[in-house]
Amino acid sequence: MSAELLELTVAEAAARIAAGEVSREEYFGAWHEAAAGDELNAYLWRAEGVSGEGEGPLAGIPVAVKDLFCTEGVPTTAGSRILEGHKPLYTSTAVRRLAEAGAEVLGKTNMDEFAMGSSNENSAYGPVLNPWDRDRVPGGSSGGSAATVGGGLAPCAIGTDTGGSIRQPAAFCGVVGLKPTYGAISRYGMIAFASSLDQCGPITRDVADAALLLDVLQGRDCCDSTSVGIEGGIGELGREDLGGLRFAVPAELSGDAVEAGVRGVFERTLERIEELGGEVAEVPLPHAEHGISAYYVIAPAEASSNLARYDGVRYGMRAEGAGDLIEMYETTRAQGFGDEVKRRIMLGTYALSSGYYEAYYGRAQRVRTKIAEDFDAAFAEFDFVVTPTSPSVAFGLGEKTDDPLAMYMNDFFTVPMSLAGIPAISIPAGLAEPGGGGPRLPVGFQIAAPAFAERKLLDAAQALERAIGFDARPGAGDG
Amino acid sequence: MAELEAVIGLEIHVQLATRTKMFCGCELSFGDEPNVHTCPVCLAHPGVLPVPNEEAIRFALKIAAALECEVAPRSIFHRKNYFYPDSPKAYQISQYDIPLASGGRLGDVRIHRAHLEEDAAKTIHVGESGRIHGSERSLVDFNRGGTPLVEIVTEPDLRSAAAAAAWARLLRTTVRQLGVSDVNMEEGSLRVDANVSVRPAGSEELGTKTELKNMNSFRFLERGIEAELERQRALVAAREPVVQETLHFDPEDGSLTPLRSKEEAHDYRYFPEPDLVPLAPSEEMLREARESLPELPEARMKRYEEEFDLEPSHATQLANEPSFARYFEAVCQAVGAMAGARSGEIEPRVVANWLTGDLTAELRRRGGEEDFDDPTVPADSLARLIALVAEREISHGSGRKVLTILVEQGGGDPAAIVEREGLAQISDSGELEAIVAAAVEANPEAAEQVRAGNGKAIGAIVGAVMKETKGRADGGEVTRLIREKLGT
Repeated sequence: MSAELLELTVAEAAARIAAGEVSREEYFGAWHEAAAGDELNAYLWRAEGVSGEGEGPLAGIPVAVKDLFCTEGVPTTAGSRILEGHKPLYTSTAVRRLAEAGAEVLGKTNMDEFAMGSSNENSAYGPVLNPWDRDRVPGGSSGGSAATVGGGLAPCAIGTDTGGSIRQPAAFCGVVGLKPTYGAISRYGMIAFASSLDQCGPITRDVADAALLLDVLQGRDCCDSTSVGIEGGIGELGREDLGGLRFAVPAELSGDAVEAGVRGVFERTLERIEELGGEVAEVPLPHAEHGISAYYVIAPAEASSNLARYDGVRYGMRAEGAGDLIEMYETTRAQGFGDEVKRRIMLGTYALSSGYYEAYYGRAQRVRTKIAEDFDAAFAEFDFVVTPTSPSVAFGLGEKTDDPLAMYMNDFFTVPMSLAGIPAISIPAGLAEPGGGGPRLPVGFQIAAPAFAERKLLDAAQALERAIGFDARPGAGDG
Repeated sequence: MAELEAVIGLEIHVQLATRTKMFCGCELSFGDEPNVHTCPVCLAHPGVLPVPNEEAIRFALKIAAALECEVAPRSIFHRKNYFYPDSPKAYQISQYDIPLASGGRLGDVRIHRAHLEEDAAKTIHVGESGRIHGSERSLVDFNRGGTPLVEIVTEPDLRSAAAAAAWARLLRTTVRQLGVSDVNMEEGSLRVDANVSVRPAGSEELGTKTELKNMNSFRFLERGIEAELERQRALVAAREPVVQETLHFDPEDGSLTPLRSKEEAHDYRYFPEPDLVPLAPSEEMLREARESLPELPEARMKRYEEEFDLEPSHATQLANEPSFARYFEAVCQAVGAMAGARSGEIEPRVVANWLTGDLTAELRRRGGEEDFDDPTVPADSLARLIALVAEREISHGSGRKVLTILVEQGGGDPAAIVEREGLAQISDSGELEAIVAAAVEANPEAAEQVRAGNGKAIGAIVGAVMKETKGRADGGEVTRLIREKLGT
């Protein structure tokens, strides 16, 4: 019985619970047991039992929550030593909305420290292992959330995406990851990395579940001035084919660095789009290739400011033995932050410094505007822009930790959409052999849409998902 | 060397008296137990976001309207980054390149800009230094942290310390009348910093300025600027350069000491606050701000001068204090409403003379702060006294005596006091003529001088008459009778 419950999608399980065929306790119990068997270091904390009684579309559905979301009374560390043991006094709007829809927090998931990373190796609590190959990374920064869904440790999860942190790990773990339009979901209670880019989103087994979660999560929130919600919500998806839809492939993002296997899956997927009646054409996105440069100025700049509050005074870790206040600040931050976080704080501080602001931050913002304009121009003719989610399949643990630039290039395809603030989804499109050889691993296909066109995006993604029929599972062998 | 001219600009922080803080729902307070008005937002807990206080925006728009500023259609909040215990986020949300309001005027001083921001928490550094460096411990009270502030920056249009203090008072009165702040310098709800420089009179260029901080009263503001001007003039005289620096005013000894350069060397790394959208006031908000403006001191002053024909100094004195102005107008109205023979002709300037002269002096002699919204002498009571004098029922001297009694007993019927004290004017001209005749006789020398054309000498005779009548005679009538007697 329990094993069968774990096979259900969220939509199916919610329907069964609502119909009284399965009890909340039974369903939660099955997932609680599965989560307890976490060998991937995906969870940092697990709930004891069913906590709520809420009625709603997600009644009785356990959700794995990235440890970036403040949850009252529950340890919330953002993957950082500096917040070790921190128990927030309040709950983030995203988690509150899930709870109000009847969902249960199943656990808090591991992540790159303060969401800075593309491999989950920057967690202060150890790396998460990829459920498909435990010698490989699950992607990041929402690596724990993606690994729980991909590894059968949770039916669904929420993560955050700043430059690809939902989409890339979803691709690496063979699941669906959606980054909604900036402003679709409240950021209140989501520990900030880069405020103008951070966005919450669902990580699920299929597109229908992503739509279900998004419908619950989205909405204007009085606690977040930048939230607007999605007018009319999402509702039911129903498209069967892709007739009449135009898909743009950006010429500049084809990139030489894309692995052959990834390229193969991507091209097969383009063919499927055409088989479904969609039209595929190349479109120029001339500034998109500068996305990484702009992103790695803007995001660290905002991070340098957002992370200045962690000083050991009011919450979290405090270094022992400091002689005075200034020394206490310095030692706390020296001990509490990891290398990547320190690197970005320094980069960002430098970029905002008097005399350098225009050359770095000012210019990066102009590039950002140009990229957004490129997308606007593309969407004047096309419905969607599509790319591989990541240039490669999941890479080996430790493979890129000594080369930050190589690590940053993971975000090559995902960053432009983040800078433009538009929604983008990654769906599993097939398996491919890694560049260095070995068993085949999931490849993500990214579809981006104009701002607040989530419904249309999800509808098309679901039609494509059905046509792809991705049903591979980790550990099932690569027959 | 050419004479040196003072060039002074002010930077004013006004704490808004909203119900809650600028970006969270915590109530504002003054003097409560430390750290009771705090929440995750104003303590900068992980994950929190600021939400602008609409009332603060409305208050700031009122200030902008009162200062005749242009309001930006979309102003931008910035983060001002600095690491200090009074700032839990390690940045202050302020406005930078596009402030809420700019290009205004109050009196003869131009307003450069006015913007919204949040106040820092209050820090107390225990130890000899009084500063964070070298303190034994630092205490932080977050109650104040996040209080809405409007920062007003003037153009360098002020030319003396006294003018700066006078203008700051006008600003305080103006803002107080808007009902948007307590504007209390001692409590810190009004803070005035000054940018001070000197230059050769007539020059258009600006000299190197210094910034003066911590002058927490108008008197200290004036003293601080005066001291700094003196210092700068001495430097220029000695051909030494003025160094741009921030100086801390010490109210104990009136000295100015430079802040340590380490505390001053800030690179605030300003950038647009990504957690907030541009501030775009609606037409309705702008209209409300404009239409809710009460008559402000400057306009009132002008009206008093033009309509009431008051002397500029009287107009200023009355107009600057809204409650005093209300009292003045109430007395004028009461006088006008009286049915007496000549009361209809009593001009506002006569009332103004009484208020700014005898009444002010009398109240000052009694001591204590006068609240003109609950006046010691009710408007009606004072109006009747003014009418008695105007109608020559009593002399001006007697009027002053009645006023003293009115102040002492907190009002009353002036006519009854006149009766009780026997102050009624001597109206029997025969009686007065006899007293005048006696006085002329008793002062032959003065009488001779008056006859010889020395008009001033008449004072001695008038004085004698007044002494004899105990001030109950009308001065004008006495003079007339003396001249008649002496045939001049």
